[in-house]
Amino acid sequence: MKSSAIAVSGLRKAYGDKVVLDGIDFDVASGSVFSLLGPNGAGKTTAVNVLATLLRADAGTVYVGGHDVATATREVRAVIGVTGQFAAVDELLSGRENLRMMADLQRVRDGGRMVAGLLERFDLVESADKLTSTYSGGMRRKLDLAMTLVGRPRIIFLDEPTTGLDPRSRRTMWEIVRELVAEGTTIFLTTQYLDEADQLADRIAVLDQGRLVAQGTPEELKRQVPGGHIRLQFNDVRQLDAAERRLALSTVTRDDEALALQIPSDGSIPALRAVLDVLEGSGIQAEALTMHTPDLDDVFLALTGRTDAEVIAQ
Amino acid sequence: MSSVSTSFGDSAIMLRRNFKHSVRNPVTLFNSVLFPVVMMVMFVYVLGGAFKIQGEYVDYALPGLLVMTISYGLGATAASVNDDMTKGIINRFKTMDVSRGAVLTGHVVSTTVRCLIGDAVIIGVGLAMGFRSDAGFLDWLGAVGILLLLSFGASWLTVALGLAAKSVESASFGVIPLIMLPFLSSAFVPADTMGTGVRQFAEYQPFTPIIETLRGLLSGGQPSTGHMIAAFAWCVGFAVVGYVWAVATFKKRA
Repeated sequence: MKSSAIAVSGLRKAYGDKVVLDGIDFDVASGSVFSLLGPNGAGKTTAVNVLATLLRADAGTVYVGGHDVATATREVRAVIGVTGQFAAVDELLSGRENLRMMADLQRVRDGGRMVAGLLERFDLVESADKLTSTYSGGMRRKLDLAMTLVGRPRIIFLDEPTTGLDPRSRRTMWEIVRELVAEGTTIFLTTQYLDEADQLADRIAVLDQGRLVAQGTPEELKRQVPGGHIRLQFNDVRQLDAAERRLALSTVTRDDEALALQIPSDGSIPALRAVLDVLEGSGIQAEALTMHTPDLDDVFLALTGRTDAEVIAQ
Repeated sequence: MSSVSTSFGDSAIMLRRNFKHSVRNPVTLFNSVLFPVVMMVMFVYVLGGAFKIQGEYVDYALPGLLVMTISYGLGATAASVNDDMTKGIINRFKTMDVSRGAVLTGHVVSTTVRCLIGDAVIIGVGLAMGFRSDAGFLDWLGAVGILLLLSFGASWLTVALGLAAKSVESASFGVIPLIMLPFLSSAFVPADTMGTGVRQFAEYQPFTPIIETLRGLLSGGQPSTGHMIAAFAWCVGFAVVGYVWAVATFKKRA
Protein backbone atom coordinates (compact mmCIF):
# COMPACT_ATOMS: atom_id res chain seq x y z
CA MET A 1 0.00 0.00 0.00
CA LYS A 2 2.78 2.39 0.92
CA SER A 3 4.04 3.10 -2.60
CA SER A 4 0.54 3.71 -4.01
CA ALA A 5 -0.53 7.33 -4.19
CA ILE A 6 -4.05 6.22 -4.99
CA ALA A 7 -5.57 2.81 -4.36
CA VAL A 8 -9.14 2.14 -5.46
CA SER A 9 -10.99 -1.12 -5.09
CA GLY A 10 -14.56 -2.06 -5.83
CA LEU A 11 -15.64 1.55 -6.24
CA ARG A 12 -19.34 1.91 -6.98
CA LYS A 13 -21.49 4.99 -7.35
CA ALA A 14 -25.05 5.30 -8.58
CA TYR A 15 -27.48 8.18 -8.88
CA GLY A 16 -30.84 6.58 -8.26
CA ASP A 17 -31.18 3.78 -10.81
CA LYS A 18 -28.33 5.06 -12.96
CA VAL A 19 -25.10 3.24 -12.15
CA VAL A 20 -22.22 5.60 -12.94
CA LEU A 21 -19.30 3.61 -11.55
CA ASP A 22 -19.83 -0.14 -11.51
CA GLY A 23 -17.08 -1.55 -9.34
CA ILE A 24 -13.75 -0.22 -10.53
CA ASP A 25 -10.27 -1.06 -9.23
CA PHE A 26 -6.96 0.56 -9.93
CA ASP A 27 -3.70 1.60 -8.34
CA VAL A 28 -1.61 4.68 -9.03
CA ALA A 29 2.07 4.53 -8.14
CA SER A 30 3.59 7.55 -6.40
CA GLY A 31 5.16 10.03 -8.78
CA SER A 32 3.49 8.59 -11.87
CA VAL A 33 0.84 9.85 -14.28
CA PHE A 34 -2.32 7.79 -14.41
CA SER A 35 -4.88 8.55 -17.06
CA LEU A 36 -8.54 7.64 -16.98
CA LEU A 37 -9.62 7.59 -20.60
CA GLY A 38 -13.20 7.57 -21.74
CA PRO A 39 -15.91 9.31 -23.76
CA ASN A 40 -18.34 11.87 -22.36
CA GLY A 41 -20.61 10.35 -19.76
CA ALA A 42 -18.33 7.40 -19.03
CA GLY A 43 -18.09 8.40 -15.35
CA LYS A 44 -14.69 10.11 -15.34
CA THR A 45 -15.76 13.22 -13.47
CA THR A 46 -17.71 11.15 -10.95
CA ALA A 47 -14.55 9.13 -10.30
CA VAL A 48 -12.52 12.31 -9.77
CA ASN A 49 -15.18 13.71 -7.44
CA VAL A 50 -15.12 10.59 -5.29
CA LEU A 51 -11.32 10.53 -5.17
CA ALA A 52 -11.18 14.23 -4.37
CA THR A 53 -13.61 13.90 -1.43
CA LEU A 54 -16.42 15.78 -3.17
CA LEU A 55 -18.70 12.75 -3.46
CA ARG A 56 -19.24 9.74 -1.26
CA ALA A 57 -18.93 6.33 -2.86
CA ASP A 58 -21.77 3.84 -2.45
CA ALA A 59 -19.34 0.96 -2.03
CA GLY A 60 -15.67 0.10 -2.25
CA THR A 61 -12.57 1.60 -0.69
CA VAL A 62 -10.54 4.56 -1.88
CA TYR A 63 -7.18 5.49 -0.40
CA VAL A 64 -5.55 8.74 -1.49
CA GLY A 65 -2.09 9.55 -0.15
CA GLY A 66 -2.51 6.61 2.23
CA HIS A 67 -5.72 8.01 3.76
CA ASP A 68 -9.24 6.66 3.43
CA VAL A 69 -11.34 9.31 1.63
CA ALA A 70 -14.44 8.24 3.54
CA THR A 71 -13.03 8.66 7.04
CA ALA A 72 -9.90 10.82 6.76
CA THR A 73 -11.31 13.57 4.55
CA ARG A 74 -9.18 16.31 6.11
CA GLU A 75 -5.94 14.38 5.69
CA VAL A 76 -6.78 13.62 2.06
CA ARG A 77 -7.62 17.26 1.34
CA ALA A 78 -4.30 18.32 2.80
CA VAL A 79 -2.34 16.39 0.18
CA ILE A 80 -4.45 16.84 -2.95
CA GLY A 81 -5.10 19.57 -5.49
CA VAL A 82 -8.01 19.51 -7.93
CA THR A 83 -8.40 21.25 -11.26
CA GLY A 84 -11.89 20.55 -12.44
CA GLN A 85 -13.39 20.33 -15.87
CA PHE A 86 -14.45 23.97 -15.91
CA ALA A 87 -11.79 26.48 -14.98
CA ALA A 88 -12.91 27.39 -11.46
CA VAL A 89 -11.41 30.84 -11.33
CA ASP A 90 -13.11 33.89 -9.88
CA GLU A 91 -14.01 36.09 -12.83
CA LEU A 92 -14.38 39.29 -10.87
CA LEU A 93 -10.91 39.00 -9.41
CA SER A 94 -7.62 39.46 -11.23
CA GLY A 95 -5.23 36.57 -11.75
CA ARG A 96 -3.05 37.83 -8.93
CA GLU A 97 -6.04 38.23 -6.56
CA ASN A 98 -7.23 34.71 -7.38
CA LEU A 99 -3.84 33.27 -6.46
CA ARG A 100 -3.57 35.50 -3.41
CA MET A 101 -6.93 34.28 -2.17
CA MET A 102 -5.72 30.68 -2.47
CA ALA A 103 -2.51 31.56 -0.62
CA ASP A 104 -4.49 33.29 2.15
CA LEU A 105 -6.89 30.37 2.50
CA GLN A 106 -3.94 27.97 2.80
CA ARG A 107 -2.26 30.34 5.27
CA VAL A 108 0.88 30.50 3.13
CA ARG A 109 3.48 32.47 5.05
CA ASP A 110 5.08 34.46 2.25
CA GLY A 111 2.03 34.56 -0.02
CA GLY A 112 3.11 37.53 -2.16
CA ARG A 113 6.34 35.89 -3.22
CA MET A 114 4.71 32.57 -3.94
CA VAL A 115 2.04 34.26 -6.06
CA ALA A 116 4.64 36.22 -8.01
CA GLY A 117 6.58 33.01 -8.61
CA LEU A 118 3.53 31.17 -9.93
CA LEU A 119 2.56 34.06 -12.23
CA GLU A 120 6.09 33.98 -13.62
CA ARG A 121 6.12 30.21 -14.04
CA PHE A 122 2.77 30.13 -15.85
CA ASP A 123 3.61 33.09 -18.04
CA LEU A 124 0.74 35.17 -16.65
CA VAL A 125 2.72 38.19 -15.43
CA GLU A 126 1.48 40.53 -18.14
CA SER A 127 -2.20 39.97 -17.40
CA ALA A 128 -1.74 39.39 -13.66
CA ASP A 129 -3.73 42.47 -12.70
CA LYS A 130 -6.50 42.15 -15.26
CA LEU A 131 -9.83 40.58 -14.33
CA THR A 132 -9.85 36.92 -15.30
CA SER A 133 -13.11 37.46 -17.21
CA THR A 134 -10.86 38.94 -19.92
CA TYR A 135 -8.60 35.85 -20.05
CA SER A 136 -8.59 33.37 -22.92
CA GLY A 137 -9.56 29.75 -22.28
CA GLY A 138 -5.92 28.69 -22.20
CA MET A 139 -4.96 31.40 -19.71
CA ARG A 140 -7.83 30.45 -17.44
CA ARG A 141 -6.79 26.81 -17.38
CA LYS A 142 -3.24 27.84 -16.59
CA LEU A 143 -4.42 30.09 -13.78
CA ASP A 144 -6.68 27.33 -12.53
CA LEU A 145 -3.75 24.94 -12.34
CA ALA A 146 -1.55 27.61 -10.73
CA MET A 147 -4.25 28.07 -8.07
CA THR A 148 -4.20 24.33 -7.45
CA LEU A 149 -0.42 24.43 -6.96
CA VAL A 150 -0.58 27.07 -4.23
CA GLY A 151 -1.12 24.39 -1.60
CA ARG A 152 1.88 22.37 -2.88
CA PRO A 153 -0.23 19.22 -3.34
CA ARG A 154 1.52 15.85 -3.64
CA ILE A 155 -1.33 14.42 -5.69
CA ILE A 156 -3.07 16.44 -8.40
CA PHE A 157 -6.35 15.59 -10.10
CA LEU A 158 -6.76 17.06 -13.55
CA ASP A 159 -10.24 16.56 -14.97
CA GLU A 160 -10.06 17.00 -18.75
CA PRO A 161 -7.47 19.75 -18.48
CA THR A 162 -7.23 20.41 -22.21
CA THR A 163 -10.81 19.95 -23.42
CA GLY A 164 -11.68 22.93 -25.58
CA LEU A 165 -8.14 24.30 -25.73
CA ASP A 166 -6.33 25.19 -28.94
CA PRO A 167 -3.35 22.99 -29.89
CA ARG A 168 -0.75 25.43 -28.58
CA SER A 169 -2.38 25.80 -25.17
CA ARG A 170 -2.69 22.02 -25.04
CA ARG A 171 1.04 21.63 -25.55
CA THR A 172 1.73 24.21 -22.83
CA MET A 173 -0.49 22.26 -20.44
CA TRP A 174 1.32 19.05 -21.32
CA GLU A 175 4.67 20.66 -20.62
CA ILE A 176 3.47 21.89 -17.24
CA VAL A 177 2.22 18.41 -16.36
CA ARG A 178 5.60 16.93 -17.30
CA GLU A 179 7.40 19.48 -15.10
CA LEU A 180 5.16 18.60 -12.17
CA VAL A 181 5.89 14.91 -12.61
CA ALA A 182 9.60 15.66 -12.76
CA GLU A 183 9.21 17.29 -9.35
CA GLY A 184 7.71 14.08 -7.99
CA THR A 185 4.01 14.97 -8.06
CA THR A 186 1.51 12.22 -8.76
CA ILE A 187 -0.98 13.12 -11.47
CA PHE A 188 -4.42 11.64 -11.97
CA LEU A 189 -5.63 12.79 -15.34
CA THR A 190 -8.91 12.23 -17.12
CA THR A 191 -9.17 12.80 -20.82
CA GLN A 192 -11.16 11.88 -23.88
CA TYR A 193 -8.12 12.16 -26.12
CA LEU A 194 -6.08 9.04 -26.73
CA ASP A 195 -3.07 11.07 -27.84
CA GLU A 196 -3.11 13.06 -24.60
CA ALA A 197 -3.10 9.90 -22.50
CA ASP A 198 -0.44 8.49 -24.81
CA GLN A 199 1.74 11.59 -24.42
CA LEU A 200 1.53 11.95 -20.67
CA ALA A 201 0.49 8.78 -18.92
CA ASP A 202 2.56 5.97 -17.48
CA ARG A 203 -0.58 3.92 -17.18
CA ILE A 204 -3.98 4.26 -18.81
CA ALA A 205 -7.31 2.83 -17.72
CA VAL A 206 -10.16 2.87 -20.20
CA LEU A 207 -13.53 3.65 -18.65
CA ASP A 208 -16.71 2.78 -20.48
CA GLN A 209 -20.20 2.99 -19.02
CA GLY A 210 -18.88 2.81 -15.49
CA ARG A 211 -16.55 -0.17 -16.00
CA LEU A 212 -12.83 -0.35 -16.64
CA VAL A 213 -12.57 -2.24 -19.92
CA ALA A 214 -8.78 -2.16 -20.17
CA GLN A 215 -5.75 -1.11 -18.17
CA GLY A 216 -2.08 -0.94 -18.98
CA THR A 217 0.78 1.12 -20.35
CA PRO A 218 0.05 3.09 -23.53
CA GLU A 219 2.03 0.51 -25.53
CA GLU A 220 0.11 -2.40 -24.08
CA LEU A 221 -3.17 -0.75 -24.94
CA LYS A 222 -2.23 0.21 -28.45
CA ARG A 223 -1.21 -3.35 -29.16
CA GLN A 224 -4.79 -4.34 -28.39
CA VAL A 225 -6.13 -1.79 -30.81
CA PRO A 226 -6.05 -2.81 -34.46
CA GLY A 227 -7.63 0.39 -35.73
CA GLY A 228 -4.64 1.69 -37.70
CA HIS A 229 -4.82 1.37 -41.46
CA ILE A 230 -3.68 2.76 -44.78
CA ARG A 231 -6.45 4.00 -47.03
CA LEU A 232 -5.99 4.06 -50.77
CA GLN A 233 -8.28 6.01 -53.05
CA PHE A 234 -8.67 5.14 -56.75
CA ASN A 235 -10.04 6.83 -59.85
CA ASP A 236 -11.97 3.88 -61.27
CA VAL A 237 -13.16 0.38 -60.46
CA ARG A 238 -10.53 -1.22 -62.73
CA GLN A 239 -7.67 0.15 -60.68
CA LEU A 240 -9.52 -0.74 -57.47
CA ASP A 241 -9.96 -4.35 -58.63
CA ALA A 242 -6.33 -4.64 -59.64
CA ALA A 243 -5.10 -3.25 -56.36
CA GLU A 244 -7.36 -5.55 -54.36
CA ARG A 245 -6.02 -8.59 -56.24
CA ARG A 246 -2.43 -7.53 -55.66
CA LEU A 247 -2.88 -6.71 -51.98
CA ALA A 248 -5.01 -9.75 -51.26
CA LEU A 249 -2.41 -11.15 -48.87
CA SER A 250 -3.78 -9.16 -45.92
CA THR A 251 -7.30 -8.52 -44.73
CA VAL A 252 -8.20 -5.67 -47.01
CA THR A 253 -11.52 -3.89 -46.67
CA ARG A 254 -13.10 -2.68 -49.90
CA ASP A 255 -15.39 0.32 -50.21
CA ASP A 256 -17.01 0.27 -53.66
CA GLU A 257 -18.84 3.54 -53.32
CA ALA A 258 -15.75 5.54 -52.37
CA LEU A 259 -13.48 3.46 -54.68
CA ALA A 260 -11.19 2.93 -51.71
CA LEU A 261 -9.26 0.16 -50.01
CA GLN A 262 -8.34 -0.07 -46.34
CA ILE A 263 -5.22 -2.03 -45.50
CA PRO A 264 -4.62 -2.74 -41.79
CA SER A 265 -1.28 -1.34 -40.74
CA ASP A 266 0.73 -0.60 -37.63
CA GLY A 267 1.61 2.79 -39.09
CA SER A 268 5.32 1.93 -39.47
CA ILE A 269 7.36 3.04 -42.47
CA PRO A 270 8.22 -0.51 -43.62
CA ALA A 271 4.52 -1.37 -43.70
CA LEU A 272 3.82 1.73 -45.78
CA ARG A 273 6.74 1.01 -48.09
CA ALA A 274 5.48 -2.52 -48.66
CA VAL A 275 2.13 -1.20 -49.89
CA LEU A 276 3.77 1.44 -52.11
CA ASP A 277 6.13 -1.18 -53.57
CA VAL A 278 3.20 -3.40 -54.55
CA LEU A 279 1.44 -0.49 -56.24
CA GLU A 280 4.52 0.63 -58.12
CA GLY A 281 5.52 -2.92 -59.10
CA SER A 282 2.16 -3.53 -60.77
CA GLY A 283 1.75 -0.07 -62.27
CA ILE A 284 -1.49 0.67 -60.39
CA GLN A 285 -2.40 4.35 -60.13
CA ALA A 286 -3.72 5.39 -56.71
CA GLU A 287 -5.39 8.77 -56.49
CA ALA A 288 -4.61 9.40 -52.83
CA LEU A 289 -3.18 7.71 -49.77
CA THR A 290 -4.03 8.49 -46.16
CA MET A 291 -2.68 7.03 -42.95
CA HIS A 292 -5.09 6.42 -40.11
CA THR A 293 -3.68 5.99 -36.62
CA PRO A 294 -5.80 4.41 -33.89
CA ASP A 295 -7.95 6.90 -32.01
CA LEU A 296 -10.40 6.65 -29.16
CA ASP A 297 -13.08 5.28 -31.52
CA ASP A 298 -10.78 2.43 -32.40
CA VAL A 299 -10.00 1.79 -28.75
CA PHE A 300 -13.67 1.42 -28.04
CA LEU A 301 -14.26 -0.56 -31.15
CA ALA A 302 -11.59 -2.94 -29.99
CA LEU A 303 -12.25 -3.01 -26.27
CA THR A 304 -16.02 -2.93 -25.98
CA GLY A 305 -18.60 -5.10 -27.66
CA ARG A 306 -20.82 -2.09 -28.02
CA THR A 307 -19.92 -1.17 -31.58
CA ASP A 308 -20.17 -4.69 -33.04
CA ALA A 309 -23.25 -3.68 -34.98
CA GLU A 310 -21.36 -0.87 -36.61
CA VAL A 311 -18.49 -3.18 -37.52
CA ILE A 312 -20.88 -5.54 -39.30
CA ALA A 313 -22.61 -2.64 -41.02
CA GLN A 314 -19.30 -1.62 -42.57
CA MET B 1 -4.54 26.83 14.73
CA SER B 2 -7.91 26.28 16.36
CA SER B 3 -10.81 25.52 14.08
CA VAL B 4 -12.72 28.57 15.30
CA SER B 5 -9.99 30.97 14.28
CA THR B 6 -9.54 29.11 10.98
CA SER B 7 -13.22 29.44 10.29
CA PHE B 8 -13.16 33.12 11.26
CA GLY B 9 -10.16 33.78 9.03
CA ASP B 10 -11.74 31.91 6.11
CA SER B 11 -14.94 33.93 6.52
CA ALA B 12 -12.95 37.16 6.43
CA ILE B 13 -11.24 36.09 3.19
CA MET B 14 -14.59 35.18 1.66
CA LEU B 15 -16.11 38.45 2.79
CA ARG B 16 -13.31 40.41 1.15
CA ARG B 17 -13.91 38.46 -2.04
CA ASN B 18 -17.65 39.19 -2.01
CA PHE B 19 -17.12 42.89 -1.34
CA LYS B 20 -14.85 43.09 -4.35
CA HIS B 21 -17.57 41.39 -6.38
CA SER B 22 -20.20 43.90 -5.28
CA VAL B 23 -18.03 46.86 -6.10
CA ARG B 24 -16.82 45.52 -9.45
CA ASN B 25 -20.15 44.42 -10.83
CA PRO B 26 -21.98 47.47 -12.22
CA VAL B 27 -25.30 45.63 -12.31
CA THR B 28 -25.05 44.82 -8.61
CA LEU B 29 -24.25 48.41 -7.74
CA PHE B 30 -27.06 49.71 -9.93
CA ASN B 31 -29.67 47.34 -8.53
CA SER B 32 -28.76 47.74 -4.90
CA VAL B 33 -28.11 51.49 -4.75
CA LEU B 34 -29.04 53.46 -7.83
CA PHE B 35 -32.28 51.78 -8.86
CA PRO B 36 -34.00 52.27 -5.46
CA VAL B 37 -33.08 55.97 -5.63
CA VAL B 38 -34.64 56.19 -9.09
CA MET B 39 -37.77 54.47 -7.76
CA MET B 40 -37.93 56.90 -4.86
CA VAL B 41 -37.66 59.93 -7.14
CA MET B 42 -40.36 58.45 -9.37
CA PHE B 43 -42.76 57.66 -6.55
CA VAL B 44 -42.30 60.91 -4.72
CA TYR B 45 -42.21 63.36 -7.64
CA VAL B 46 -44.21 61.56 -10.33
CA LEU B 47 -46.78 59.18 -8.81
CA GLY B 48 -47.03 60.28 -5.19
CA GLY B 49 -49.06 63.39 -5.87
CA ALA B 50 -51.95 61.27 -7.10
CA PHE B 51 -52.20 59.21 -3.89
CA LYS B 52 -54.34 60.61 -1.11
CA ILE B 53 -52.02 60.30 1.83
CA GLN B 54 -52.08 62.35 5.00
CA GLY B 55 -48.93 64.43 5.33
CA GLU B 56 -45.92 64.47 3.00
CA TYR B 57 -45.76 61.55 0.56
CA VAL B 58 -42.00 61.16 1.02
CA ASP B 59 -42.62 60.55 4.74
CA TYR B 60 -45.18 57.89 3.89
CA ALA B 61 -43.16 56.14 1.19
CA LEU B 62 -39.71 56.06 2.78
CA PRO B 63 -40.21 52.99 5.03
CA GLY B 64 -41.48 50.99 2.06
CA LEU B 65 -38.59 52.19 -0.07
CA LEU B 66 -36.14 51.03 2.60
CA VAL B 67 -37.64 47.53 2.44
CA MET B 68 -37.74 47.58 -1.34
CA THR B 69 -34.06 48.56 -1.45
CA ILE B 70 -33.25 45.43 0.53
CA SER B 71 -35.21 43.19 -1.80
CA TYR B 72 -33.54 44.71 -4.86
CA GLY B 73 -30.14 44.23 -3.27
CA LEU B 74 -30.76 40.49 -2.97
CA GLY B 75 -30.99 39.61 -6.67
CA ALA B 76 -27.26 39.86 -7.25
CA THR B 77 -26.57 37.53 -4.34
CA ALA B 78 -28.75 34.71 -5.66
CA ALA B 79 -26.96 34.94 -9.01
CA SER B 80 -23.48 35.07 -7.55
CA VAL B 81 -24.05 32.20 -5.10
CA ASN B 82 -25.37 30.12 -7.97
CA ASP B 83 -22.36 31.09 -10.07
CA ASP B 84 -20.04 29.84 -7.33
CA MET B 85 -21.97 26.60 -7.18
CA THR B 86 -22.25 25.85 -10.88
CA LYS B 87 -18.81 27.04 -11.98
CA GLY B 88 -16.90 24.86 -9.56
CA ILE B 89 -15.60 27.54 -7.18
CA ILE B 90 -17.38 25.98 -4.21
CA ASN B 91 -15.94 22.58 -5.13
CA ARG B 92 -12.49 24.12 -5.22
CA PHE B 93 -12.98 25.59 -1.74
CA LYS B 94 -14.27 22.26 -0.46
CA THR B 95 -11.25 20.31 -1.66
CA MET B 96 -9.08 22.95 0.01
CA ASP B 97 -10.90 22.27 3.26
CA VAL B 98 -12.07 25.85 3.57
CA SER B 99 -14.31 25.91 6.62
CA ARG B 100 -17.79 24.80 5.70
CA GLY B 101 -19.70 27.89 6.68
CA ALA B 102 -17.22 30.50 5.42
CA VAL B 103 -18.48 30.59 1.83
CA LEU B 104 -22.07 31.06 2.96
CA THR B 105 -21.33 33.50 5.77
CA GLY B 106 -19.25 35.56 3.35
CA HIS B 107 -22.23 35.93 1.04
CA VAL B 108 -24.71 36.63 3.85
CA VAL B 109 -22.60 39.27 5.57
CA SER B 110 -21.62 41.06 2.35
CA THR B 111 -25.24 41.08 1.18
CA THR B 112 -26.46 42.42 4.51
CA VAL B 113 -23.88 45.20 4.44
CA ARG B 114 -24.72 46.03 0.82
CA CYS B 115 -28.44 46.25 1.65
CA LEU B 116 -27.78 48.53 4.59
CA ILE B 117 -25.55 50.80 2.49
CA GLY B 118 -28.41 51.02 -0.02
CA ASP B 119 -30.75 51.97 2.84
CA ALA B 120 -28.34 54.60 4.12
CA VAL B 121 -28.28 56.17 0.65
CA ILE B 122 -32.10 56.11 0.51
CA ILE B 123 -32.33 57.87 3.87
CA GLY B 124 -29.75 60.44 2.74
CA VAL B 125 -31.52 61.16 -0.55
CA GLY B 126 -34.86 61.09 1.30
CA LEU B 127 -33.66 63.80 3.67
CA ALA B 128 -32.59 65.87 0.67
CA MET B 129 -36.06 65.41 -0.81
CA GLY B 130 -37.75 66.70 2.32
CA PHE B 131 -38.15 63.58 4.46
CA ARG B 132 -38.49 64.62 8.10
CA SER B 133 -38.77 62.29 11.05
CA ASP B 134 -39.86 62.85 14.62
CA ALA B 135 -38.15 59.64 15.66
CA GLY B 136 -35.95 59.71 18.73
CA PHE B 137 -32.67 57.86 19.15
CA LEU B 138 -34.33 54.66 20.38
CA ASP B 139 -36.83 54.75 17.49
CA TRP B 140 -33.98 55.02 15.00
CA LEU B 141 -32.14 52.21 16.76
CA GLY B 142 -35.25 50.06 16.47
CA ALA B 143 -35.65 50.92 12.78
CA VAL B 144 -32.02 50.09 12.00
CA GLY B 145 -32.42 46.89 14.00
CA ILE B 146 -35.40 45.73 12.01
CA LEU B 147 -33.68 46.62 8.71
CA LEU B 148 -30.62 44.70 9.82
CA LEU B 149 -32.70 41.71 10.83
CA LEU B 150 -34.64 41.76 7.57
CA SER B 151 -31.46 42.04 5.47
CA PHE B 152 -29.86 39.22 7.40
CA GLY B 153 -32.87 36.91 7.22
CA ALA B 154 -33.61 37.61 3.57
CA SER B 155 -29.91 37.11 2.74
CA TRP B 156 -29.97 33.59 4.14
CA LEU B 157 -33.11 32.87 2.16
CA THR B 158 -31.49 34.24 -0.98
CA VAL B 159 -28.27 32.29 -0.47
CA ALA B 160 -30.36 29.12 -0.11
CA LEU B 161 -32.25 29.99 -3.32
CA GLY B 162 -28.98 30.55 -5.14
CA LEU B 163 -27.59 27.22 -3.96
CA ALA B 164 -30.70 25.28 -4.86
CA ALA B 165 -31.26 26.81 -8.32
CA LYS B 166 -30.15 24.81 -11.35
CA SER B 167 -28.83 27.85 -13.24
CA VAL B 168 -28.03 31.52 -12.79
CA GLU B 169 -31.19 32.41 -14.71
CA SER B 170 -33.46 30.41 -12.44
CA ALA B 171 -31.64 31.79 -9.39
CA SER B 172 -32.38 35.35 -10.53
CA PHE B 173 -35.95 34.32 -11.27
CA GLY B 174 -36.33 32.84 -7.80
CA VAL B 175 -35.92 36.18 -6.03
CA ILE B 176 -38.61 37.92 -8.13
CA PRO B 177 -41.31 37.23 -5.50
CA LEU B 178 -39.15 39.08 -2.96
CA ILE B 179 -38.91 42.02 -5.37
CA MET B 180 -42.64 41.98 -6.14
CA LEU B 181 -43.88 41.76 -2.54
CA PRO B 182 -43.29 45.42 -1.62
CA PHE B 183 -45.63 46.51 -4.43
CA LEU B 184 -48.40 44.33 -3.00
CA SER B 185 -47.96 45.75 0.47
CA SER B 186 -48.69 49.02 2.22
CA ALA B 187 -45.37 50.39 0.94
CA PHE B 188 -46.73 52.98 -1.47
CA VAL B 189 -50.45 53.19 -0.69
CA PRO B 190 -52.36 52.16 2.44
CA ALA B 191 -53.70 48.61 2.20
CA ASP B 192 -57.29 49.71 2.86
CA THR B 193 -57.39 51.56 -0.48
CA MET B 194 -56.83 48.29 -2.38
CA GLY B 195 -59.40 45.83 -3.81
CA THR B 196 -60.59 43.12 -1.42
CA GLY B 197 -58.42 40.24 -2.61
CA VAL B 198 -55.25 42.28 -2.91
CA ARG B 199 -55.94 43.96 0.41
CA GLN B 200 -56.20 40.65 2.24
CA PHE B 201 -52.97 39.52 0.63
CA ALA B 202 -51.29 42.81 1.52
CA GLU B 203 -52.40 42.57 5.12
CA TYR B 204 -51.04 39.09 5.66
CA GLN B 205 -47.83 39.15 3.65
CA PRO B 206 -44.51 39.58 5.51
CA PHE B 207 -43.52 43.00 4.25
CA THR B 208 -46.62 44.85 5.45
CA PRO B 209 -46.00 44.41 9.21
CA ILE B 210 -42.29 45.15 8.65
CA ILE B 211 -43.11 48.36 6.76
CA GLU B 212 -45.78 49.38 9.28
CA THR B 213 -43.35 48.85 12.15
CA LEU B 214 -40.74 51.00 10.39
CA ARG B 215 -43.37 53.64 9.61
CA GLY B 216 -44.46 53.76 13.23
CA LEU B 217 -40.89 54.05 14.50
CA LEU B 218 -39.79 56.67 11.94
CA SER B 219 -42.85 58.86 12.46
CA GLY B 220 -41.92 58.98 16.15
CA GLY B 221 -45.17 57.27 17.09
CA GLN B 222 -45.69 53.86 18.57
CA PRO B 223 -46.01 50.97 16.08
CA SER B 224 -48.75 48.49 16.96
CA THR B 225 -47.53 45.56 19.06
CA GLY B 226 -49.13 43.14 16.63
CA HIS B 227 -47.12 44.54 13.72
CA MET B 228 -43.91 44.54 15.74
CA ILE B 229 -44.30 40.90 16.74
CA ALA B 230 -45.25 39.87 13.21
CA ALA B 231 -42.30 41.81 11.73
CA PHE B 232 -39.86 40.25 14.15
CA ALA B 233 -41.29 36.76 13.59
CA TRP B 234 -41.11 37.04 9.80
CA CYS B 235 -37.47 38.21 9.85
CA VAL B 236 -36.39 35.48 12.24
CA GLY B 237 -38.42 32.99 10.20
CA PHE B 238 -36.62 34.03 7.00
CA ALA B 239 -33.28 33.60 8.71
CA VAL B 240 -34.04 30.19 10.21
CA VAL B 241 -35.66 28.72 7.09
CA GLY B 242 -32.94 30.20 4.88
CA TYR B 243 -30.15 28.94 7.11
CA VAL B 244 -31.47 25.39 7.38
CA TRP B 245 -32.26 25.22 3.66
CA ALA B 246 -28.88 26.69 2.67
CA VAL B 247 -26.82 24.38 4.87
CA ALA B 248 -28.77 21.30 3.75
CA THR B 249 -28.42 22.23 0.06
CA PHE B 250 -24.75 23.04 0.48
CA LYS B 251 -24.09 19.61 1.98
CA LYS B 252 -26.12 17.82 -0.65
CA ARG B 253 -25.01 19.59 -3.81
CA ALA B 254 -21.44 20.60 -3.23
